[in-house]
Parts: sequence; structure tokens; C-alpha cells
Amino acid sequence: MQDDPTPVELIGAAADFLRNDIMPQLAGHSAFKLRVAINALDLVARQLRLEPASDAAEAARLKGLLGVDASLPELNRELAARIARGEARLDTPGIADHLWQTTLDKLAIDQPNYGAYRREREARRD
Amino acid sequence: MGTTEELLGRCVGTWCPGATGIANATRLSGGASQETWSFDIVHAGGVTGAILRRAPEGYGAAPERAAGLAAEAVLMQRAYEAGVPSPHVLHVLTPADGLGTGFIMDRVAGETIPRKILRDEEFAAARPKLARQLGKVLADIHGLPLSQLPELRRMTASAEIAELERDYRAFSGPRPVFELALKWLRDNDPGASEHVTLVHGDFRHGNLIVGADGVRAVLDWELAHLGDPMEDLGWICVNSWRFGEIDKPVGGFGTREELFAGYEAAGRVADPARVRFWEVMGTLRWGVMCCGMMQRFRTSPERSIERAMIGRRSSETEIDLLRLLAPRS
Repeated sequence: MQDDPTPVELIGAAADFLRNDIMPQLAGHSAFKLRVAINALDLVARQLRLEPASDAAEAARLKGLLGVDASLPELNRELAARIARGEARLDTPGIADHLWQTTLDKLAIDQPNYGAYRREREARRD
Repeated sequence: MGTTEELLGRCVGTWCPGATGIANATRLSGGASQETWSFDIVHAGGVTGAILRRAPEGYGAAPERAAGLAAEAVLMQRAYEAGVPSPHVLHVLTPADGLGTGFIMDRVAGETIPRKILRDEEFAAARPKLARQLGKVLADIHGLPLSQLPELRRMTASAEIAELERDYRAFSGPRPVFELALKWLRDNDPGASEHVTLVHGDFRHGNLIVGADGVRAVLDWELAHLGDPMEDLGWICVNSWRFGEIDKPVGGFGTREELFAGYEAAGRVADPARVRFWEVMGTLRWGVMCCGMMQRFRTSPERSIERAMIGRRSSETEIDLLRLLAPRS
């Protein structure tokens, strides 16, 4: 067991320092690259928080849909192969829901401000 | 040998009457596979803004897809002559210039940064006109006589699906949503187009110079080829080029209907079903390109944080593909 602060707290503190103290000192391409680097740190923090639960849920759905017990990469390989062969289709029960949920869980980490993601999240809250 | 500045200075003296040298040479960022330089040609009457496009030796992002800089120069010139908003090509590089392969064109004033074009007050009057204008521009490009064009690849929907599938399998592990899109593309392949025309191949934000009066220039003919003209109309509708303005399918500023109206007013026929096919293809293509960026990040000694983060944008195209193929809201 490791001591506190947690990885999420450490990354958050580093990102806040770069954002609040360093960014105002930069301009042009350096400022752009720092913004990208801060975005990367923020993404990693989201992934550390969200990935364990979303991966577990994804694996559970896939095992149910495919009737196979395997690792998450192997389950995704199997689903991809069945889609390519036309055995898993959008009208196959559970497939569309699974693809939507998995994709929303990816966007929650990768780009929570992406317009299409925000629109779909709002539609699900209504 | 000499610096790029010295070589450029010597080069302009050989073809620009009265030129005494160059000034303000700056390498521009953006344009991933070729070098772009901005500089001023100095002559007795003042200065002329110019742009150099050149390929460093042995470099190209997608060599088999690229038309080549010599072909780009010819296409830009043909477009200019046909009245397409376009920079004027001033000089095609020769071996004696010592600058590699490429060309020099005049610098068109305006903006290419999407967020500025979509949000800044300066472009408020241009935005409502852009989709229709671009429809006309595309019609004029598609109307260029094939006999006047340089040697270009000829592509079909089937060939592009095959190429995209090969790139996807090379760049990424299995992705169920991409697999679904590939299956949809194969099942909905519209077949060879009745009309085969010049296709710009990368007609979107970043390659269009916009001013307060609307579109001023079409840039970057690197991916030009012969094929289905509807490909260009579909590509500019891809959600990735809307930059948050997701309800305005054409570049975040206009509607498909406006694009088609401008296209048809210029004498050509739009085929909405084919445009939709190419929009799905384009969405998947950008997703696969993001995966390619991830691979380049991993394999290149230059550990580019930008490429790494573009790799994590492939999921954006997955939600866009689901909105196109399995809409729920």
C-alpha cells in the first residue's frame, strides 16, 4: 500500500501549477504545447479515476453478450470479429447499447468537452 | 549550399523582375507532411508576400496517397485560371534552386484557424455565406477538364474502403465501432461514380483561407485524385471539422442544403445519399488517421505530446460514427 497523496491528487497539483503559474509566462507555440501537456495530465487523472469501473462494466457486458470468458482485449477482438462477419449487428439485442455505453465511457476520459458527447449526455439525462 | 533564407534570396532573383532579395522568412507550423515558409520578396516598389511549399528529401506522411508537389503546383494554377479562389503560383522549384521540390505562390491574406473563423466578429458576415460559396467552389473544381490535369491516382469507393481497412488494421488493435463502420461501408458501397472528376481530397477547415468577405483561397492539393466528386462534399461535413458547432454540418458554419444549392447553382448535381456515404467514410478516415498519429508517436524518436494526444481523439470519431449509424437522440 502506497502513501498519500494519491496519483490523482499529485497529477492535479502538477497540472494546476503548470496552468496557473507557468502558462501566463508563455506565448506562441510554447504556450500551445504546454496547453496540450496540461490536457494530457488532466486526461490521465480522469483515466485513473474512471477506468477501473468502466473497464469492469465493459468486460461484464461483453461476457454476457458473447458468452465467452476472456480478458478485455480478447473480448473486444471477439466482438470486432463477430461484427466483421455480420454475426453481431446493431439489431442484435444488447449490441447497440454496449457500443454506445463503451464509447461514452471512453469520451468521459478522452474528451468530456466534445460537442457530440455533451449532446448525448444531455439527451440521456432528460 | 546555404541557409533556406540565402537560397530563397538567390532563387527569387532568377525569376522575379527587380527583386533584390527576401525578408521575414518564417517557417510556419501546421501542414504535417511538408514544409511551409512565409517570406517577403523585396523589390524597388516594396514587398510582395509569398509562401514556399517544399518537401524535404524523402519525407511524406502518406507517400502513396500524395499527388506530389509538382502536381500540386499544376492543380493550383489550373484552379486559379478557372476562377477558383486560389493563390497564384509564382515559381516551380528547379534543381538549380537547391531548395528541394516544391513551389512558391503569393500569400493570400486571411484566416485558416477554425475557431477564429467560427467565432470571431470579423467573420460574422462571411459565415452565413460560406457553405453556399464552398458549394460553388467545389462545383468549379469538379468541372476542371480532366485533359488539363497532371497524372493523378484514380480512386473508387471500394478501393478507398480497402485502403482504410488496411490502415486501420496496421495502426490499431480491434475496435468494435470502427469494425461496424467498415461493415456499413462495405454493405453500402454505392459503386463507381457515374461522374469521375478531379477530387480535392482534403477540402476542409485549415485548407481554406477565409476573409471578412468569405472564402479567399483553397490550399493544399496534396491528396488530390480522380474519383467521385461527392467525396469532397462528404468530407467537409465530417463532424471533426465542425469544431463544436455540431448542428451546422458544413464546417460548423452552414447546412448541407446551402452547400448543395451553391453546387447546383454552378451547374452540377449533388447526390445526398453518396454524400452521406462519404461522410461516414471521412469520419472513419479521420479516426484511423488519429490512430496513425498514435503509432507515429510511439515509433518516432521525437516524443510529440501533440501526436500522442491526437491519438486519444480517435474516440471522438467513434461517437460521431454511432450518431451517424445508430442514432438515439
